[in-house]
Amino acid sequence: MHSTKYIYTFVFIMTALVALLLASMYTGLKPIHDKNEALYNKRAILSAVSDQLGKDIKSMSDADVQAVFDSQITQIAVDSRGNEVSSAQMAEECEGAVKPEEIDMSKEKKKDDSEKILPVYVFENGDEKYYIISVIGNGLWDEIWGNVALKSDMSTIAGIDFDHAAETPGLGAEIKDNKGWKKQYIGKSFYDATGNYTSVVAMKGGVKDPSYQIDGLTGATITANGVNDMMASGYKLYESFLKKQKKS
Amino acid sequence: MADTATVKEVKKSSLTFGKKEKALITDPLNDTNPITVQVLGICSALAVTTGVKNSLVMAVAVVFVCLFANTITSLLRKRIPKQVRMIVQLVIIATLVTVVELTLKAINFESYRQLSVFIGLIITNCIVMGRLEAFAMGNDPYRSALDGLGNGIGYGLILIAVAIPRELLGKGSLMDFKIIGNTSEFLVNTTEVSWLGWYANNNLMVLVPSAMIVIGILIWIHRAWNPKLVDVS
Repeated sequence: MHSTKYIYTFVFIMTALVALLLASMYTGLKPIHDKNEALYNKRAILSAVSDQLGKDIKSMSDADVQAVFDSQITQIAVDSRGNEVSSAQMAEECEGAVKPEEIDMSKEKKKDDSEKILPVYVFENGDEKYYIISVIGNGLWDEIWGNVALKSDMSTIAGIDFDHAAETPGLGAEIKDNKGWKKQYIGKSFYDATGNYTSVVAMKGGVKDPSYQIDGLTGATITANGVNDMMASGYKLYESFLKKQKKS
Repeated sequence: MADTATVKEVKKSSLTFGKKEKALITDPLNDTNPITVQVLGICSALAVTTGVKNSLVMAVAVVFVCLFANTITSLLRKRIPKQVRMIVQLVIIATLVTVVELTLKAINFESYRQLSVFIGLIITNCIVMGRLEAFAMGNDPYRSALDGLGNGIGYGLILIAVAIPRELLGKGSLMDFKIIGNTSEFLVNTTEVSWLGWYANNNLMVLVPSAMIVIGILIWIHRAWNPKLVDVS
């Protein structure tokens, strides 16, 4: 039998050693973690314009992704009134985000619409310009998010990429995995022929107006509804900015 | 059932590799397999086996944690106060799991994103703690290491054995290499082969219930093949 003093000493020393080990490991690996996270995010953004890149994002090396991102993407932070946000203001309101790509969308989601600061990525490919906007919403189990690339008319989708935290594999997770389903979004417009805002809607039970509707996902009605809500409200936040850009 | 896994302490602590040492590694692969015989660690076996790649990463993680948790606990076994031994074991496991998590996040971010919750849940994996209590607390570090290695591999083998049919029948791929399906991305395109037109990848295989069925079938096969496991009663 050990004495109480021995037990306390043992536990104390063990805890101190473990804390020291883990803290130093965490600090030591933090730069690599941050770099990985940033690259993961960049890949997600570029996935929205993967058709324009002419190659598969998955087969691109980290250096390639970084190179494309550096040479062809301009990032801007905007508010929901359509004004550009200075980097000082962004740093203050988004916990020290230096670049718009560092904006934490799930924190912006919780803010009031008027206080949201959102990233826009302008992708230049030769003469063509694409505006990539980030959207976020709720799926069935947890958050879903995505990047939407818009053509220079600011309303037609050029490419799209979704991701999710915890949707059911094979059902809700199809929003990420099912390339055929995502392809349907390309060429759809957020406005109908008369200029009314319709968003792009995944429809259950067949498409009636192919200009803004696409087929829904079987067995994933709630996730698809979440995607619809996310698209409708997400685009709306960028609407005034995109309108300004269209005029200029 | 669980006490079949308890091995009496070997008196001499030489570094020989004899029959007993070999049994420490090979028994968990077959006679005392953590999943199919002791039915431990089922939770993660159900959750991560949707793809072979994820299962492989998970298997490596568990082998690492089992091996080092067993070794460290065994090295400290005479110094760990009996009253708080569970907590001490838990701290050792939690530390190793965090090390695995941080390392994975640095070397393979994609897998980290897909597995994150389940890597953390190795802490609650009954196999690891079970081996510490049943073996490492009473045996020398060398044999404890072998035992940890054996149990980790025994668990990993079953994970992969469950993941192969699930990924192949559910997604039509293995290690993300697309084998059979109804688009041109797959090696065998079922829409182009006339007599295969009926085949479709079964979504049920990707969902959790199918893992239960696959593990059930594995246990059945295992017992049919190894008569030692059939209860005498």
